[in-house]
Order: sequence, then C-alpha cells, then structure tokens
Amino acid sequence: MSLSAAPLLELDRISLSFKGVKAITDISFAVARGEICALIGPNGAGKSSLLNVINGVYQAQQGRVCFDGEVRRHMRPHHAAERGIARTFQNIALFKGMTVLDNVLTGRNLKRRSSWIEQALGIGRAHREDDVQRRRAEEVIAFLNIQAWRQSPVGTLPYGLQKRVELARALAAEPKLLLLDEPMAGMNASEKKEMSRFIVEINREFGTTVVLIEHDIGVVMGISSHVVVLDYGRKIGDGPPDEVRANPEVIAAYLGTRH
Amino acid sequence: MLYSETGQFSTHYAADRRLFRLRQDRLGLGLLLAFAFAAVPQIGNDYWFSAILIPFLVLSLAGLGLNLLTGYAGQLSLGSAAFMAAGAFAAYNFLLRIEGLPLLAGLALGGLVAALLSVAFGLPSLRIKGFYLIVSTLAAQFLLPWALVKFGWFSNYNASGVIGAPPLEVCGLDLASPAGRYVLTLGIVVALAFLARNIVHSELGRNWMAVRDMDTAAAVIGIPLAKTKLLAFAISGFYLGVAGALWAFTYLGTVEPHGFDLTRSFQVLFIIIIGGMGSILGNFLGAAFIVLFPLLLSNLAGLVPGGLIDPGQLENIQKMIFGALIVVFLIREPEGLARLWQHFRARVRRWPLRY
Repeated sequence: MSLSAAPLLELDRISLSFKGVKAITDISFAVARGEICALIGPNGAGKSSLLNVINGVYQAQQGRVCFDGEVRRHMRPHHAAERGIARTFQNIALFKGMTVLDNVLTGRNLKRRSSWIEQALGIGRAHREDDVQRRRAEEVIAFLNIQAWRQSPVGTLPYGLQKRVELARALAAEPKLLLLDEPMAGMNASEKKEMSRFIVEINREFGTTVVLIEHDIGVVMGISSHVVVLDYGRKIGDGPPDEVRANPEVIAAYLGTRH
Repeated sequence: MLYSETGQFSTHYAADRRLFRLRQDRLGLGLLLAFAFAAVPQIGNDYWFSAILIPFLVLSLAGLGLNLLTGYAGQLSLGSAAFMAAGAFAAYNFLLRIEGLPLLAGLALGGLVAALLSVAFGLPSLRIKGFYLIVSTLAAQFLLPWALVKFGWFSNYNASGVIGAPPLEVCGLDLASPAGRYVLTLGIVVALAFLARNIVHSELGRNWMAVRDMDTAAAVIGIPLAKTKLLAFAISGFYLGVAGALWAFTYLGTVEPHGFDLTRSFQVLFIIIIGGMGSILGNFLGAAFIVLFPLLLSNLAGLVPGGLIDPGQLENIQKMIFGALIVVFLIREPEGLARLWQHFRARVRRWPLRY
C-alpha cells in the first residue's frame, strides 16, 4: 500500500490541562496513512492523555485534531468511532459479563442498519444482517485465534487473552486508525511476540494505521516505522526509530543526564 | 443421558440464534407452554388462578420490566410500582374514554404512557449513576401515585380513588372467569417474555450490557449512551405499565394508587435480585419464590398447634423467616436462582461425568 501524501491524522498544537495541571503542552505531529506509529516516553509523559484527546475522551483546551481530512476543535468518542477510530485501553475495558463473541459483536454496532424493533421481531433485514455481523465477527475471532473461547464470559479469561479480545473488539469495527494503549503491558516474552505479530499483520493485511503506546523499546523499534517521544507533556523526539534512538534529548529523558 | 447434546451441531448462524440450541430444551419449553395453556385451565381451581398463578405471572412480568433496566442496562431504579400505577390508570382511562377500544390496545397504550413517563424520569440517568439515580426514580415513586390521588380525573372521580377492571374481552371472547383471566395474563406475559428475549439477544441488548459493564468503553466503540439508556427506560416502563394494568384488571379487579407504593417497588426489586439480574428466566423464578414462599410458610404455620403461639406473632415470625431465608440464599448464591438453575443444567448435561 502506498502512502498517500496527506497524513491520516494530524495533531496541531494540542494542549491539555486538568485544573491547571498541564498534561500535554503544545504537541503537534502527523501520522501517515498505513504506518505504525509508536508513542513512547516515561510514565506520566502524557501518552495516554494524548490518545484520549485523539478519540475524544478528553477535550483539549487548545489545538486541533485533523483526521482523514476533517479538522475539528474537539473529537467526541461517538464521532471518532463513526469516523473510523477504534482503540484499546491500558487497563482492559472489556464488557466483563458478556461472552467473547458478544464483546466482538459490540465492536460492530455502528455497522447496523436495522432498527431495534426489526431486530426484536426478527423481521425485514434483521436476520440477514445478523448473519453478516456474525460472519465478520468470526473472521476477526479467527484472525486473532480466539475461536476456542468464543462463548466464554470474558471475565473468566486470563489476562493475555483478554488483551487479545479487546483488540478483536476494536478490529471488528474495521477502523482506519487503531489506537492501542500499552497492548503488551504485563505480558511475558512469548505473549509479547505474538501480540507484536498480530499488530504487524493487522497493519499489513488491512492497511490499518496504528498508533500505539509501548514501553518495551525492543518491540517499539522492531515494529514501528515512526516514533514520537514525549516527556513531561512535551514532544522531544519525532521520526524514524533509528533517528529517534540517536536523539540526545531522548537518551537524556530515558537514562537521565549528568548534572 | 436424555439431556445430551451429542450430535447436535449448529451448521449455520440461524441455528445459533434459536431460543435454545438444544433440542431437549426446545421440547421442554414447548411441553411446558402446552401444559400451561391447555391443561392448567382445565385442572386448576379458582383459588389457584386468582391467588397464585395470576399474581405470579404479573409479578414475573414486572420483574422482567425492571430486569431489562437494571439487570441488563445497569440503571438502578426504585420507581417500578409508579410505572405500574401509570400503566394501570392510563389503560383504565383509555378503555373508559375511547368507545370500542379493544382490551389489548388499551393495555398497549397504558404501557406506552408508562414508557413515556419512565423516559422522563430516566433523563437524569444521562448525568448520574447508581445510588444517585435511585433517588431520582424514587421521585417518580412519590410523585405519580400522589398525582393519581390528587387529581380525581384519573380515577373517573371515584370517591375513594379506586379504578375497576374494564370488560375483559378479547376478540369477542369473554375472559372474565378466573381461568379466562389466567389465560389472558399468560398469553400476554409469554408474548412479552419472548419479545424481551429477542431484544436482549439483539444489538440493543448487547448495547445495554456494554453500557452496564463499562460505559466509557461503550462510548468509545460508538454506542450512543443517551439513546441506549433512554430506550432501556422506555422498554422497561412499557413492561411495567402492562404489568400494572394486568395487576389491576386480571389480578385484583379493582385497585387504588396506594396499591402501587414503595413496598411494591421493593417487591419487584427483590424478585430480580433473588431470581437473577440479567436473566429472563430469573424473573419467573424470583416471582415464584416471592409468591409461593409466603404461602408455603403460612401453610406450615397452620400446622403449629393452636394456642401455642399468638396468631399475630405467628405472622411476624413468618416474615422474619422469609427475610432470613432471602439473606441466607443471597449469601449462598448472590447471582440468584437463575444461576442455580444454570449450574444444575450444566451438571445434568455432563452426567454421568463430573467435569
């Protein structure tokens, strides 16, 4: 897939503060179509807040978000989802009382056209749509290899699997942009490897643009084509992995400097 | 072995959508319904219809109404009885004032009025959750019965604010006898229960549960929170309204607003707690428990030799035992009777293996 000139996502001088405490200060960067962009930085650098601004969970006080050609002062979660932004959360935010299949199906709720009355009475296009929804959900389930747990309540699954189900729910929405907040947190080496492979495959197979937050530098350098480094709510590095790795400011933020 | 799923595969998605995946379950439900519709009216007596089966069915329906809202959509409410009252009085007035309005249409209109009121009192749910929301639904519980007493128009200026049942006639069939009232109630409850089952398995049901389990995540995947919550209030209100109208028309025959006080709301809440939140079957089990258990206790009390305990005391002791049993039961199985039934079914399915 060739990268078209216009970036998919562009943040323009975003600033966000909570009751005077600055979380993000004047951050701008662009994510090209089809790339995997990693957000890195020490704890509290504002990475998660930035994701929350992108899909409208937080409203930035300043700046603009430009997504897929549309410029907005604020995103709203519902609008972001409609425009094709899906995400996962740092602390898994699955619907615990529902099965894996139902969780994945909720991810497809925007693809529904029939009304709830048609569905309740099983008339019109409802059943036909049901089949399509189910087939698409099954495709995602097969892609992420969680068929065996299809009917298990997600609350009963181990952590690593829950992470994967959450990814499945996001993927089921067929997003243009996938925001992953620490998709590999708390995983062991082999689980991390598997998750990295999934992310790369999603990017390659569906052309989905990915923005992810990750602490494991090895993973970040391995899978991403673009790295943005934050520290204390400011951007201190932005570029291809090798360039960022050599950036003295980034090294200082990660290893500390001699005073 | 009779209850084995061996050889039963779903070969297309439609098979997975059926009410029950297992042939035995479908057969069992079919037999149960045939028995309830065809055999019970023949063999039951008036006491059973009027004192046990009809209140059981109506309370199941009321439980179902609250369960859609609380068990599925996660919105707490203590206003159930208020919406029941609204449904009863609205249906009464529609049937009284519109010449020739069919009974079922009157019930549906009563349900719609209750649904609208429920949405109005559900509006605060867009901003507040949990216990705070209870307070707002409590407002409905005090306001609606008060208004029904205050304004005589609602009860057609009856001196004591009582409304009576309209002629119970469906398609020219007179259903005023106890057996007739039972069949009418059963038909409506079964139809609405099937509809509820379809709703909770549809996109709307999934959206409700998503909002219940994690509303931020629900918003992020594009579920419209306001619409989802208000639809839960509306549909719940409709079910409660129809239940209220049935309570007035087929169970009691005459009812006053005080029949729908806070105690009734608590009763409905207990039904879903005991029966199981987020379960359709649970409402029936919970209602059976609430209706049958006190009867059982009072029958047992009848066995106590006369004069041993003062009759007034005996009644209090019954209430204490009933309360204690609820507590014990909830400690043993917090997820209600429906969960017990699930465990039992899973056990039977594996039998004679244990795992």
